Amino acid sequence: MQIVADVWVPLILVLGFLFGLRLLQSPSTAILGNRIGACCMLVAIVFACLRYGIHKNPPAIGILLVGGGAGIALAQKVKTIQMPQLVALLNGCGGAASALVVAALANVFSAETGRFVWLVSALALGIGALTFSGSLVAMLKLQGQLPSKPMFLSTQKTMMLLLLVVQGILIVLCPLVQHVALLYILVGTALVFGSLMAVRVGGADMPVIISFLNSLSGVAAAVSGMALDNALAVGVGAIVGVAGMILTQLMCRSMNRSLAAVLSGFHVYECSTEVPAELTSSDTIPKEKPEKLFNRDSIPQLLQQAQKVIIVPGYGMALAQAQQAVKDLMDELEKRGKEVKVAVHPVAGRMPGHMHVLLAEVGVDYDKLFDMAKINHEFEGTDVVIVVGACDVMNPAATTAEGTPIYGMPILNVAQAKAVIVCNYDEKPGYSGVPNSLYGRPHVITIWGDAAETIPSITRALTDVS
Amino acid sequence: MATTAMIALLCACILLGYKIIKGVPPQLHTPLMSGMNALSGITVLAALAVMEVNGASAFLGWMAIFLAAVNVTGGFWVTERMLGMFKKDKGRRNVNECK
Repeated sequence: MQIVADVWVPLILVLGFLFGLRLLQSPSTAILGNRIGACCMLVAIVFACLRYGIHKNPPAIGILLVGGGAGIALAQKVKTIQMPQLVALLNGCGGAASALVVAALANVFSAETGRFVWLVSALALGIGALTFSGSLVAMLKLQGQLPSKPMFLSTQKTMMLLLLVVQGILIVLCPLVQHVALLYILVGTALVFGSLMAVRVGGADMPVIISFLNSLSGVAAAVSGMALDNALAVGVGAIVGVAGMILTQLMCRSMNRSLAAVLSGFHVYECSTEVPAELTSSDTIPKEKPEKLFNRDSIPQLLQQAQKVIIVPGYGMALAQAQQAVKDLMDELEKRGKEVKVAVHPVAGRMPGHMHVLLAEVGVDYDKLFDMAKINHEFEGTDVVIVVGACDVMNPAATTAEGTPIYGMPILNVAQAKAVIVCNYDEKPGYSGVPNSLYGRPHVITIWGDAAETIPSITRALTDVS
Repeated sequence: MATTAMIALLCACILLGYKIIKGVPPQLHTPLMSGMNALSGITVLAALAVMEVNGASAFLGWMAIFLAAVNVTGGFWVTERMLGMFKKDKGRRNVNECK
């Protein structure tokens, strides 16, 4: 019986979770995958309740049910625009739960407690606490309760380095000295470290930090599982850790920055105040603007004649809540027999896949949404590109202006299209602080203002003619 | 479970997880993350196990159970909701094809 409970049940359930994840590789099977995951989790929890005698412990059962109910209420209430906040909050909950488990266990640590348990407990507490405070700060930033721009303290870099070293030392010391006080100090330093780490990340770097904290919440679960000798928690925690890490890596690559550079504070803002000389002097932003090929009056004609239209959404679309307007425009274009696609940059929005969810909510077919790698070569043969609240992800400076913060970042080759309509809020540079040289080009029409109003104006321009 | 077996399981999960999750398309990255939120609630098992340990702080254990349970149901529920939006489109397209 023991071997069944300890080995076979966790093994089978881990395989069940992995199978569920495998189904997440396609949108048509994903929902089944999610349900399989949920069923495995239910079995795991029921099994654990029976095994640990929780069914004889009404308060614990009650809390389990209340927590479950609260989760459902939260998930039901949240709007798609708030998805990044929700994920951040849940990252924090996961981290906190793992830390609390070990904290509860630390009560009974004695001389007989093995070194391994001390080590994994210290790790779980540290990582859990860091995930909790970091996620909370990230969530407040996303909610707008803290300024979303990175905040700098003058001594931040030194402080973070110092805290990191202190945490390292504490984690090594815990198994050696075996004193509970060390664990408390560790929690304290980890909490401060987490907030410092998150507070200096902002705006477009949010996808990186959210993915990273997502990963850490899994790592914390895995390590706390080790402290309690729970194989299933170890296995599933590891899967979560890997998933978060894959996304973090992807996000970093899409921004051409290393994780360390994002977390430790990068140079974007230091650079942004002075635009590199080559960018101002070279022909990318000439002093005298070249004569525009098109202006706003040419939009109806452009759209009428266009065969192929690509829409490029960015976080600005989410801010303006212009998804429905974009969908309406797409419908009108398609009604007139035009080929319409949506090009999504990996870091558009505030978390991986953010644009896809927003557009899916208003009913945009998911096979009209294309990833940068798949669609980038198509801009050349495109008649009209409509940009909705995106800036850095299509800034040609990323390929031309060496020395700017975004140099080397892969971008959508919007400039290659025959005509570009930019519907951004204003002319100001995006998060990177690098002015967008696209705006001044002859074939680009810029419409500044709230996308929820400017996009319908384009739709009307199209419908009024025909 | 023996520590070595535990570490073997850890490595196996990392490798298999990597292979599988690599194949998740970008359009499903947000549901993937919320699904991972649900899975990180697996810590609820550790929290339930700690309730059995004599002398462990029950209050801290309860808090852990609560938070992990929020993760589990919240994560799965919101993933379901999101994936439902994707599914809706698919259905509509099929209808169009039938016409």
